[in-house]
Amino acid sequence: MAEYQNIFTRVQVRGPLEAGPALPRGDAERSGPGYFSYLMGKIGNAQIGPIYLGFTGTLSLVCGFIAFEIIGLNMWASVNWDPVEFVRQLFWLALEPPPPKYGTQIFVPLNEGGWWLIAGFFLTASIILWWVRTYRRALALGLGTHVAWAFASAIFLYLVLGFIRPLLMGSWAEAVPFGIFPHLDWTTAFSLRYGNLHYNPFHCLSIVFLYGSVLLFAMHAGTILSVTRYGGERELEQITDRGTASERAALFWRWTMGFNATMESIHRWAWWFAVLTTLTGGIGILLTGTVVDNWYLWGIKHGIVPTYPDISPAAVDSATL
Amino acid sequence: MRTWALGAIIAAFLAVGTLIMLSEERSLIASVETVQTGFRGTGMEVGRDLERLRELMEANVVPEPPWELDTSGETVAELGIYENVQILGDLTDDQFNRFMAAITEWVSPDQGCAYCHNEENLASDEVYAKVVSRRMIQMTRHINTEWADHVAGTGVTCYTCHRGMNVPANIWFDGDAPETPPGWAGYTGGQNKVSVQAGYTSMYMDPFSRYLSAPLGEAKNIRIETRTVLPQAEDDGISLQDTEGTYSLMIHMSTALGANCTLCHNTRDFSSWEQATPQRVTAWHGLQMVRDLNADYLTPLGPVYPEHRLGLAGDAPKANCATCHIGVQKPLNGAPMADDYPSLKVANPEGQPAMDRRMDGGGQSSLLLAPAAE
Repeated sequence: MAEYQNIFTRVQVRGPLEAGPALPRGDAERSGPGYFSYLMGKIGNAQIGPIYLGFTGTLSLVCGFIAFEIIGLNMWASVNWDPVEFVRQLFWLALEPPPPKYGTQIFVPLNEGGWWLIAGFFLTASIILWWVRTYRRALALGLGTHVAWAFASAIFLYLVLGFIRPLLMGSWAEAVPFGIFPHLDWTTAFSLRYGNLHYNPFHCLSIVFLYGSVLLFAMHAGTILSVTRYGGERELEQITDRGTASERAALFWRWTMGFNATMESIHRWAWWFAVLTTLTGGIGILLTGTVVDNWYLWGIKHGIVPTYPDISPAAVDSATL
Repeated sequence: MRTWALGAIIAAFLAVGTLIMLSEERSLIASVETVQTGFRGTGMEVGRDLERLRELMEANVVPEPPWELDTSGETVAELGIYENVQILGDLTDDQFNRFMAAITEWVSPDQGCAYCHNEENLASDEVYAKVVSRRMIQMTRHINTEWADHVAGTGVTCYTCHRGMNVPANIWFDGDAPETPPGWAGYTGGQNKVSVQAGYTSMYMDPFSRYLSAPLGEAKNIRIETRTVLPQAEDDGISLQDTEGTYSLMIHMSTALGANCTLCHNTRDFSSWEQATPQRVTAWHGLQMVRDLNADYLTPLGPVYPEHRLGLAGDAPKANCATCHIGVQKPLNGAPMADDYPSLKVANPEGQPAMDRRMDGGGQSSLLLAPAAE
């Protein structure tokens, strides 16, 4: 029984390295011979590689490295190249976008946001190249492109935050800085500036899908783990040929809540919840400051803000201050 | 079997950890008392760290006056017994000496009279501290008479800020926040460092020169929210950077007063005055007051100070909320200390000499805009 309660993979299959199918003409070779890793085998497949990098993968890594270096070196420069301070303050440091006075100019002094533009360009290039890679690798394996489109939804949110919305607002300064705490402070400031993002209905939707994703993930993972003793982790086989694992999993939910997803539909649920998290979130960000300037007042206008009795008398007539 | 063992080990760790946390002298689980101040479900509440409250009670004990106040008799000006008494001539002799004794305890208990006075010639203005303290007495009177909107009838004394120190513990200078290093990289926009001023966030490190140094009416606007649903044709020009600046200032206020946001704001609509508490109005007047004091009293004292009292930018020390509040919502927990010193609660007379005149050791009056000797 304990076999199914262990969080690590108990049995690692070792044989000749699996090469995978032959690649179409014109594709680059996979890199390296591949090898086995005992520790990685504990949490996943023990075989590491061979990896397919190809043109887009290589270029994506190069662009990503350039962006990473620009961000990191600017952070280091901001503490006068002091290695101790760099480590100590790392979470506070950032590469800041240009100040508002530059609007959406492309040529901004390097040390006043110019580096941010360059880093943003390379990071975006890296991400989009990686997207192309997920799309093309899926086709090469004869798969659907679901992963690529889910990734595209996340890229949409990223582009809204750092590129599309700043362009619409006419200022790079509206974009998110690259930094650990700075991007969190940006998030809070964004909500404060635009009258409380919690009243933004797309923010509400995004939260529903985010938390919904977590719930679905927990329900699905729990269900499948609970039926692994009947071979339920072989989900694809269960889809084509319902076994007792699949039947029991379905029955469990039908007993407990009257309704159950199917072996296929649960994955569509999960995919759409994940995709809609960033899609609705991106729409919410896109509308903020461009179409709506104060979400709380928007909420008042559309009757979604509850009213409460006053406890302290209205402090003062704001016109007098 | 092994699963049981693992569970038992985890349970044992949790139990030991909890015991350690509870037995700490200053508990790791803060004992916070929360008082609901608004309708249920709105999150309007004031939280107070009880352990810190005890510390703050001990740190905010008002010193006893030197002796019983006696305001009978002729004033110092009428008696004409002291030279160069520019602003305290309306005190009786007893009151004058009592005030001097008190001020010594408040500001220079270690150095005594000599911190401000040439002990050979008490009338002389040659010690810079005497010129500063004269201006500070004027400032105290100004606060107590002109800024009742903030200090109410309680008022302030020198002790409110000084607490037995030559220089109040909480002051600020223009040069406090490191700028972006010159060169080709490392732009920070005045943010993104570990900063005490910004409450350990990565926001503006110097909210004070931005918001508290300019005179009334010229200071940068603290308000950052648009009060219309839709964007207006006219761009209000308020950036997210401005927002972080304001946020940074608010964190300073919160830290300085030991208060949380909902002491003043209804956080569902931060900028709304209709949903705010009365404390926010007091705080608003406080911000105007600090701007007034920094612009009219503290900054102009720059040329009077010796170099070691100035900031990196060569500017005079200035005040913010923490200068008086020092961690509590009402300085000295609201004790009406100024009542014992009525000379601090009178208005500055019209045409009173300002700080620009000083008397040298020989009794000669001279203009004071040259730097003082140390």
